[in-house]
Amino acid sequence: MELDVDVADGEVLAVLGPNGAGKSTLLRVLAGLLPPDDGRVEVDGEPWDDVAAGVHLPPHRRRLGMVFQDHLLFPHLSVTDNVAFGLRTRGAGRREARAAAAAWLARVELADLGARRPGQLSGGQAQRVALARALAGDPALLLLDEPLSALDARTRLTVRAELRRHLGEFRGSTVLVTHDPIDAMALADRVLVVEEGRVVQAGAPAEVARHPRTDYVARLVGLSLLPGTGEGTTVRLDGGGRVTVAGETAGPVLVAVRPESVALWPVRPEGSPRNTWPVRLAGATPHGATVRCELEGEVPLLADVTAAAFAEMGLAPGAQLWATVKASEIAVYER
Amino acid sequence: MPLPLLVPAVVAVAFLVLPLVGLVVRTPWSDLGPQLTSPGVGEALRLSLVSATLATAVSLVLGVPLAWVLARSRIRGRGVLRALVTVPLVLPPVVGGVALFLVLGRQGIVGRWLDEAFGLTIPFTTTAVVIAETFVAMPFLVISVEGALRAADARYEEAAATLGADRWTTFRRVTLPMVAPGVAAGAVLCWARALGEFGATITFAGNFPGTTQTMPLAVYLALQRDPESAIVLSLVLLAVSLATLLLLRGRWLGRAGAAP
Repeated sequence: MELDVDVADGEVLAVLGPNGAGKSTLLRVLAGLLPPDDGRVEVDGEPWDDVAAGVHLPPHRRRLGMVFQDHLLFPHLSVTDNVAFGLRTRGAGRREARAAAAAWLARVELADLGARRPGQLSGGQAQRVALARALAGDPALLLLDEPLSALDARTRLTVRAELRRHLGEFRGSTVLVTHDPIDAMALADRVLVVEEGRVVQAGAPAEVARHPRTDYVARLVGLSLLPGTGEGTTVRLDGGGRVTVAGETAGPVLVAVRPESVALWPVRPEGSPRNTWPVRLAGATPHGATVRCELEGEVPLLADVTAAAFAEMGLAPGAQLWATVKASEIAVYER
Repeated sequence: MPLPLLVPAVVAVAFLVLPLVGLVVRTPWSDLGPQLTSPGVGEALRLSLVSATLATAVSLVLGVPLAWVLARSRIRGRGVLRALVTVPLVLPPVVGGVALFLVLGRQGIVGRWLDEAFGLTIPFTTTAVVIAETFVAMPFLVISVEGALRAADARYEEAAATLGADRWTTFRRVTLPMVAPGVAAGAVLCWARALGEFGATITFAGNFPGTTQTMPLAVYLALQRDPESAIVLSLVLLAVSLATLLLLRGRWLGRAGAAP
């Protein structure tokens, strides 16, 4: 894994990538739990790692807070003592640390659970305590390792909203590692997409979501990504077929199509728009209130249709259909 | 249940339990009171309990850190180290006693120096009893605690490190409390082994009533002289062992067994 990252004070950087892409390795290096093979880690002008100069600050001397996927709250300590732990190790007295911990518990709205053991908390509560524990030591760097992925869908929603609020108030830098694009989009100021140990895309979340550069990112954000070559308002796709777009383009480009902008027809539509392609239904999965259809053909696409329309057309895998997309609904950008 | 398993299992139970039943049956119950209150018994019992407890304390102070080194450190030759310190587990205790005598005896490498420099003589003292028992029993504690440390999730220690805890603080405040059931189980094993120690003790510490004659030694001696008294002493040891097992099983051993 090799990368070059800068995170400003108050900024939240999300590192997004598939499992095994090296995201956790990055966090372990930043935390000092894993010495890097080469390179530098510097926070607030203080070198934490500098392989060339032989510098390696051990984890406990770094001003950082870390939240783990499975919270790792100490099972033998009360919730308050868990949150007070970092304050105690950094020299605070017992009473002072407990008072500060209680204040932090109040901030994550768990003031009345301080006497409990971590085993008596729900998943969402435990993760909020873990966040309070990480922030209580006033770290310069906050590391979040898949903080929401162990939670069920509904809890994830509320904890994500709360996490967003706390990250907004946090003055230090945050690095969030996740494989969930929604976490990245909702929490980060900037997204770094890593695949196989290198950065394949970096940018603002909205930009990454609109203009994915690799199939992995496109699939994550639910777009169909079609590489091709721009020739005026036409893009000749690498896989064959043509797409008409609204603006003029030239040279290698990427075409991104949102599934909800694709319409499906059992027969070729009359006076059809120029972007009309024959497709074959390869698969269909429920997706919220709609059905996400995977389409094969010269132009492979994803299409969202309402469950009612899906039933009306009597769709089944293997069905031959026509897909249309308005030129104005298609995003095209340089490769 | 298949017979090839059931029959040997029943035989095994009989083999393990019948001798103890025999001991209880042969006990001269009517004579029990006077036998128990005879001066030698109380003395031997007290010496046994005190020396086994001291041996366990020494084993805890030295053995828990050793277990940590074996389980957590990245020093080279850890496998060899583990093999070396567990030798007393398989070594005949008499051999251990001889070895201790050769090192700590008056003519021993360390013993001579202790004698000349401080006028200390170890063999045939209560100290020698504790040393012999520690030598034989500490490996039980080390193995047990090392197992508990390996089973414990080391990521809690990483979490502690990210919260500013150095390795000593992490050990005190996170690791040790989390493996406490394993430490307790190891200490009980160690104490029971020390209580029953015979070979190393009689070789290195001798058999002097009041200073080095522990219960097992007293039993052995009594058996040659006065079998009834040997039975009574054995019964006392059996009772102490059972009481320890029952007392600690529910509280610590049960929990240690349930821990992942």
